Amino acid sequence: MVQKRDVLRESPSQTAGPYVHIGCTPNFTGLAMYGGDLGATMKTGPVSGQEITIKGTVFDGMNTALRDAMVEIWQPDAAGFFPAANETRGKADPNFTGWGRSAGHMDTGEFSFETVKPGAVPYPDGRMQAPHITAWIVARGINIGLHTRIYFEDESVANATDPILMRLEHQSRIPTLLAKKEAQGLYRFDIHLQGPTETVFFDM
Amino acid sequence: MISKIRGYIPRDRNWQPDALTPPYKTSVQRSPQSALLSFPTTLSEETSPIFSQTILGELDNDLIHNYAASGESAIGPRIIVHGRVLDENGSGVSGALLEFWQANAGGRYRHKKESYLAPLDPNFGGCGRTITGADGSYEFRTIQPGPYPWPNGMNDWRPAHIHFSIFGHSFAQRLMTQMYFEGDPHIKLCPIVGILKSQEAVDALTAPLDMNRTVPMDSRAYKFDMVLRGRRQTYFENRKDGL
Repeated sequence: MVQKRDVLRESPSQTAGPYVHIGCTPNFTGLAMYGGDLGATMKTGPVSGQEITIKGTVFDGMNTALRDAMVEIWQPDAAGFFPAANETRGKADPNFTGWGRSAGHMDTGEFSFETVKPGAVPYPDGRMQAPHITAWIVARGINIGLHTRIYFEDESVANATDPILMRLEHQSRIPTLLAKKEAQGLYRFDIHLQGPTETVFFDM
Repeated sequence: MISKIRGYIPRDRNWQPDALTPPYKTSVQRSPQSALLSFPTTLSEETSPIFSQTILGELDNDLIHNYAASGESAIGPRIIVHGRVLDENGSGVSGALLEFWQANAGGRYRHKKESYLAPLDPNFGGCGRTITGADGSYEFRTIQPGPYPWPNGMNDWRPAHIHFSIFGHSFAQRLMTQMYFEGDPHIKLCPIVGILKSQEAVDALTAPLDMNRTVPMDSRAYKFDMVLRGRRQTYFENRKDGL
């Protein structure tokens, strides 16, 4: 026998199930708890930068909208700083939380975030990444939470040199990672769990 | 010696469940079919919001009372669930946000879309939350949930379980899981437990009875530790010009 490695294994994931909203957004389900749902508001006061709305729907392989999903997003402020304990490059906008959580509309499943257009942050090797928002999707039938990124269709110059987007073997899939501009300050980012327009999901 | 922190240890996809697990039918249309795009964690995944203890109310970690009328309490076997949130390196994860939700003692969730005939308990909401202490420890009080039937096969029942959402120090660590109870005969029959790839993985989600933490004449206790991804730590850095 070789020596035992002194490491633990990550807890195995299990689905969030059909009632994830009871646990994470109880007020959305009609349970008055905690004085409000966490992640419901990303702006706690006047914020710097361009304020935007991102709307979208999560679709299954039959193109049916999920109405029991939960989407979380995490992003830097407009200057590219994270409101995080381990942000060492500068101080983030004090009125911006960077984190949002949406249960989606009870009937349509459409999720919505009121946020700011994120600034760019560097890749570990120093290259700049295109502005993006990190997203995480859980729902009944999803065995382990799905990570993806929301890039912006109107950032084509930055997108062209983004280290992650450049890494994609099938460049034709890049549009699945781009939020489409529908109006000034309004973007749409639909998520397809499978099918010909399946969103690119990440393992990082 | 100075160690450099260089991102997170990659997730072990041979240990974690697959996306497509046909016996759990809902996964069939909700599982990505393309390979995941792999890349090392960046600042976007190595950071996370800060959750302060100040957001917590006194009863947030007491499901027996946090939805109950004054002077009343939820019906069911009274239990304490406690443990630690650790990372793969064995360190306690402090300040982790834990949210938990569950069915009542009859196996019924308080949700508009829930149709199981077992009754609601007027004094039980079914959700709670807490934030781990400096050593990653946590505890909460609840009633033991009941098993319940669900539409999958013709006669599938979920073992009694408590759902957990775990938010550690980074978005890369984000995880949801479920806790099962030692000795529940439904564990080995459940298609959702069945997606786990080994008995070791099932055991990792099964909480043992912990007599040392019971409160005599009041509550039994179950111990449930959770493990999040750990950070890579090495003195040696990659050369900047190459892989």
